[in-house]
Order: sequence, then structure tokens, then C-alpha cells
Amino acid sequence: MEAAVDIFYRKVLTDGRISHFFDGVDMDRQRAKQKAFLTMAFGGPNSYSGQDMRTAHARLVTMGLNDSHFDAVVELLGGTLAELGVPANLIGQVAAIAESTRKDVLGR
Amino acid sequence: MPTVRYGAIACERHENESTLDALLRSGAPVSYSCKAGTCGSCMVRVVDGSAPARAQAGLKDSWKARGYVLACVCHAEGDLTLAPVDADTQVAARIVALDALSAEVMRVRLACDSGFDFSAGQYVTLIRPDGLARSYSIASLPGEDLELHIRLLPNGRMSEWVRTAARVGEAVRVLGPNGDCFYTPGRPEQPLLLVGTGTGLAPLYGIARDAVRQGHTGPIHLIHGAVRAEGLYLDETLRALGGVHYKPTLLHADGPVDQVVLGLFPKPAGMRAFLCGDPAIVQTLKKKLFLQGLDLRDIHADAFLPAA
Repeated sequence: MEAAVDIFYRKVLTDGRISHFFDGVDMDRQRAKQKAFLTMAFGGPNSYSGQDMRTAHARLVTMGLNDSHFDAVVELLGGTLAELGVPANLIGQVAAIAESTRKDVLGR
Repeated sequence: MPTVRYGAIACERHENESTLDALLRSGAPVSYSCKAGTCGSCMVRVVDGSAPARAQAGLKDSWKARGYVLACVCHAEGDLTLAPVDADTQVAARIVALDALSAEVMRVRLACDSGFDFSAGQYVTLIRPDGLARSYSIASLPGEDLELHIRLLPNGRMSEWVRTAARVGEAVRVLGPNGDCFYTPGRPEQPLLLVGTGTGLAPLYGIARDAVRQGHTGPIHLIHGAVRAEGLYLDETLRALGGVHYKPTLLHADGPVDQVVLGLFPKPAGMRAFLCGDPAIVQTLKKKLFLQGLDLRDIHADAFLPAA
């Protein structure tokens, strides 16, 4: 899990499509959030409510966060798991769980 | 709007205003410095009412239990009645030495009247008799007097006092220690990467010597960045310091310190890093080292926030 968090976070920070959303954030806190997110996507305990996801991303939505950025994150998540040798069917399951947060993340 | 009471003062806290700002607006005699929840100088006790957990983040458990909160990060929804904290949160100290390390940095040594436990690299808040408070990192080792390196700032109220008015023997108070940027035993063979700009050197000088003293066996790299050569204020001392690889770097001659560090250590994975000083440089370096493979949990950073 720790390895996945670091690989995923490095991808997020260097991806030109979405990295600007992470400028100026506290990296340690952000890493903890990403770990919680991956834990949830792996089917572990879900510490988020839909309302939490809405509140947490509301500022980003005003900055223009949209479907293309959400897609980019799901893509990077899939890439992270592929790098770690996770089989494709499991990656599909993880992506489906991530997908279930789309409406809340984008504030719809 | 919620009401904040402190002694004889009662005021309304406006939306988006911290409890500290409401108190200061009303003339309450509360010390403060960082206004960011780190220095601890605006700590007050909640007598009545309920404060959010955020206002107690980072405080000792015994202080939380006494209802202490940091007023600068306290945005309680309901009414609050506050009082000063007990005297035992601060330690009485005396100035025992004052020396200019350079034209820009004064070294202040303090002897605490009672025992003062700290780890090398942590910081304290120095409180003048009139209540003015500023945070400084500790450059000394546990068991020694407290050594602080104070950068002289134009119109800096504390630094100007230290330079011109403070005298040996003068009584001050010390709050702290705080901060988690210090050496911990374990993995003694791990290479250490200590990078600081300006007086960000102070905690690193303590951390480097602490690591040596605790038997660290891996290489200890200490990089001090300054704009000009006069800024390398411990150059001679560090060149003579055993067990530490000292590398001074100058912005004008060598370029930005993050580029110098990445040039020296293009593959930092496996190292343990301590980054102190200018907040922008600390953040940039933290991000770059992480992207180059350093584990985020192996990066200890202390960004020096200016007084608010």
C-alpha cells in the first residue's frame, strides 16, 4: 500500500493535466489523504462520506475541476497498479470503486 | 456572532476572524507571533465553551486536558470564555551570552532556571518581558544552554532588541520546545541530507552533531545555502566539524540550492532529509526530492514562517 501511495502521488504531481490542483498543498497531509483514497479504492474501510468528498473538492471545482481531470486521476491510478503487477480484472474493480465517487468529487 | 470573553473584555468574533484577532482588536493583552498555529505564544485556556480540535493540534496531552487552545487557529462556533494559561507553560531563562556571528546573525545563549528538555533541531518561542514573542530553532544539544541564531531583520522588533538593547543577565521566558524536525536513532547507516538556507542552519547544526553523538555511521551531508559569502555565518566552525561533510553554496555563484542539491544527489532514494529555512525553498526541495525517489516519510522539514 505504501509503495502504491508513493508511485501514485508522484504521478499526480508530475501530470501536467492535474498537477496545478496540488500547488501549495501540505504534502504530508495530501499523502495521508491519498492513502485513505487508495485504501477505499482497494475495497478497504471507507472513511469518506459523499458529503466529505463534495466539501473537500469544492474549492477545486471552482478552479475548474471537471471530468477530464477525474479521468486523468483514474488513469494514473490504473497505471500505478499496473506498474505494481496488479492483474487487469482487479484494476477494473478498483477503477469502478473510484468511479463511484465521480458525482460527489465534481459536485454534481 | 459568537462572543469571546477574556478577563474584563468581551467582544464579538466576526466571521472569518480568529479568536486571537478578535481579542487583539479588543485590546486584550495576548502574545502572538506566527498566527499559524505553530509558535504557541497565543495559547489561552478555555474556561467556558467548546473549541474545535484544530485549535489544540500539536499541543501536549496535558495541555489539551487543561483546555488550552491556540487562539490564532481557534474559530469556535459558540461563545468562549478564556483566561491566561498557567505560568508553568513557560520557563524562566536568562541571557548568558550575546555574540554577532556575522553582520546579519546574532547568537543568543540562554540558561533556563529549571530543566528544559528538548531534542536538537526543535524550536522554542522566546518571550521578552513585555510579551513580544518570536520563534527560533535550537542550535545546541540537549544538556547545553539553549543556543539560538537570530537573523537581524530591518525593523525586526525582536532582532533589533537583541542587537542593540538586550544585555547578558537579562530575564526572558521560553515556551516550547515544539517541532518534529529532529534526529531519531535507528537505521544508523542511512545517509543524512541536511539542507538549510540562512538561519535554517541553526537546527541542522544541532541535528548534525546530535546524529554524530548518537553514533550515526552513515555519511552526514550538511549543505548551507546563502545569497552571498557573508551569509555563510558558521563556515569556519563547520569546516572544522568532525564527522560531517559540509558543503556551502551561494545563490549568486552556484544557482538555486535545490538545483545544487539535486546535482549532488540525483538519486536521493534511501536518504533521510532534514530541510530548514526559507518556506519556498523548503517546499520546492521537499517536492523535488520526493519526485526523485525519496520517501516522503524520510523528509523532515521546518519551514521558517515569518512573524505575522
